[in-house]
Amino acid sequence: MLTFIVRRLIQSVLVMLAVALVGFALFTYVGDPVNNLVGQDTSLEDRERLREDLGLNDPFPVQFFRFVVNAAQVDFGISYRHGRPVEDLLVERAPATLELSFAAGVFALLVGVPMGIYTALNRRSWLSKVFLTVSLIGVSLPTFLIGILLILVFSVWLGWLPSFGRGTTVDIGWWSTGFLTRDGLTALIMPAITLGLFQMTLIMRLVRAEMLEVLRTDYIKFARARGLSARAVNFGHALKNTLVPVITITGLQLGSVIAFAIITETVFQWPGMGLLFIQAIEFVDIPVMAAYLVLVAFLFVLINLIVDLLYFAVDPRLRMSGGGGQGL
Amino acid sequence: MTDPLLSVRDLRVEFPTRRGVLTAVDGVSFDIHPGEILGVVGESGAGKSQTGAAVIGLLEPPGRIAAGDIHLEGERIDRLSQEQLRKVRGRKIGAVFQDPLTSLNPLYTIGRQLTETIRTHLDMSEAEARDRAVQLLGEVGIPSPADRLDAYPHQFSGGMRQRVVIALALCANPRLIIADEPTTALDVSIQAQITALLKRLCREHGTAVMLITHDMGVIAETADRVAVLYGGRLAEVGPVDDVVNRPLHPYTEGLMACIPTTHERPPRLAQIEGSMPSLTAMPAGCAFHPRCPHAFDRCEAERPPLFEHPPSAAACWLWAPEGARVTERAAS
Repeated sequence: MLTFIVRRLIQSVLVMLAVALVGFALFTYVGDPVNNLVGQDTSLEDRERLREDLGLNDPFPVQFFRFVVNAAQVDFGISYRHGRPVEDLLVERAPATLELSFAAGVFALLVGVPMGIYTALNRRSWLSKVFLTVSLIGVSLPTFLIGILLILVFSVWLGWLPSFGRGTTVDIGWWSTGFLTRDGLTALIMPAITLGLFQMTLIMRLVRAEMLEVLRTDYIKFARARGLSARAVNFGHALKNTLVPVITITGLQLGSVIAFAIITETVFQWPGMGLLFIQAIEFVDIPVMAAYLVLVAFLFVLINLIVDLLYFAVDPRLRMSGGGGQGL
Repeated sequence: MTDPLLSVRDLRVEFPTRRGVLTAVDGVSFDIHPGEILGVVGESGAGKSQTGAAVIGLLEPPGRIAAGDIHLEGERIDRLSQEQLRKVRGRKIGAVFQDPLTSLNPLYTIGRQLTETIRTHLDMSEAEARDRAVQLLGEVGIPSPADRLDAYPHQFSGGMRQRVVIALALCANPRLIIADEPTTALDVSIQAQITALLKRLCREHGTAVMLITHDMGVIAETADRVAVLYGGRLAEVGPVDDVVNRPLHPYTEGLMACIPTTHERPPRLAQIEGSMPSLTAMPAGCAFHPRCPHAFDRCEAERPPLFEHPPSAAACWLWAPEGARVTERAAS
């Protein structure tokens, strides 16, 4: 178990270094940072001096090392556009994105898992067919289209929900939350559904497929032969065995929910990190882009690590010492 | 004789498929008396397992009982609802399946699986159920059962797991156990242990067993009576000694000839010519006639009913009452 965790940690560090390299390369190869800093009439000597002061003439490894050390201390430099430290901008925007992703994830799980179970247990019912058809739409429609359609129906036609923004937020320390106001919650509904719909259909189809697979196994047949109630067989025995792959995919998807909140945030003008990133691209705000890249990679790595550890909680076969991680 | 514990009459199991209806079990009748071990033998696809599954109400859809009836202790059980059947399963009829490696849920301790089953059927507290679980594990020969209760299935060997499966089948002291190929997936040395265990437990608990297998050796050692199935039909049924040593049906005869002995070494192992017809292409008349060395006209035309020839009975025209047999012979 311990060797497994250590091995995973080392792998995580390697992944982070690779991503940091890409992020750092943005500075050097996407435009000239000095050009982005100074006006057009700055003399060549001034530019050269600035270059020397900023350490841009140092060899690549030295610069990269400096970047990594700073990044490890959560220092990503100053945003070109906002003139403020990038990490402050991200911290400011993070609650919005995290709350949105959390709400989307909860929506996807709470709706997707029961729908998956239902469609697996009642394969022939018409409701299952409706669910499957709807899920097909959820998988095929692009996120922005779903968002725009929701806005059209619920904001423009019905006028029930706000079409953009986070509503009123309450600050708890540095964290600004929209969960505590009615306004904030209504503003959350449509973005969360938009962001979570694809994940929901994915989870539903996954749960269904896994569940059907498990229901065919001998131990389910044997559980029935022992006279256990349908409830105990379906939920006690079958469901738990479907959880391992479901946890994996859900975990990985949670990373992509955060990463791809970009589109939803743009459609709903949600003041999160994704929107910040899109704006940063428009203005070639490289420090923000690099920091966002590293941050998203970090979230992915972190979630993967947690998912791997969750396996141990669910599947006793992995808890055996020695064979740690080999089966994965 | 006492009333039979299980009585199956003219059981017919069908699988509707796109290409028409497959009849997996066709008019099979047999009785199992309390405490008796009935061996059910036959080749793959002879309908052994489907007969067992039909009795316990676990036919895989779209399989269904199309005709016949099944009585357990005088009560008809083939028309019960799923919920009523559930109370029969485990409580009155236990089951042991072929592969102990896949019969246990890998994510739960065997203690949990045992207490869960015990508490489903018997009115016991968790602590009482645990005590009973320990006692059952001891009975099936698991060493230091109290310590092993919290072990997971993967921490047991195949033979030990089959013992756990047997303990699970015995949880509620059922009257009948349906053991579907309980030793097939095990090593030969373990097979003998498991067979002996099953036999001993059934004697001690007075439990009857329907032992489904294709292994005549297991049958000869364990069973009191044997039912031989061929092509979904009952070929012969009778006491194990008579069926093994004085088989009536030519198929049974062929089957017995296939068992190799150690004192004589034939150049080739004996086998019955040809193979069992598939369920989609059952021949008319007796299902065995294309392979039967004694077949005559009537075998091709008419399906033989079960002729009593105490202590056995066989579905073969050779054993038709004297008059009929002689005339048929003469006719051919």
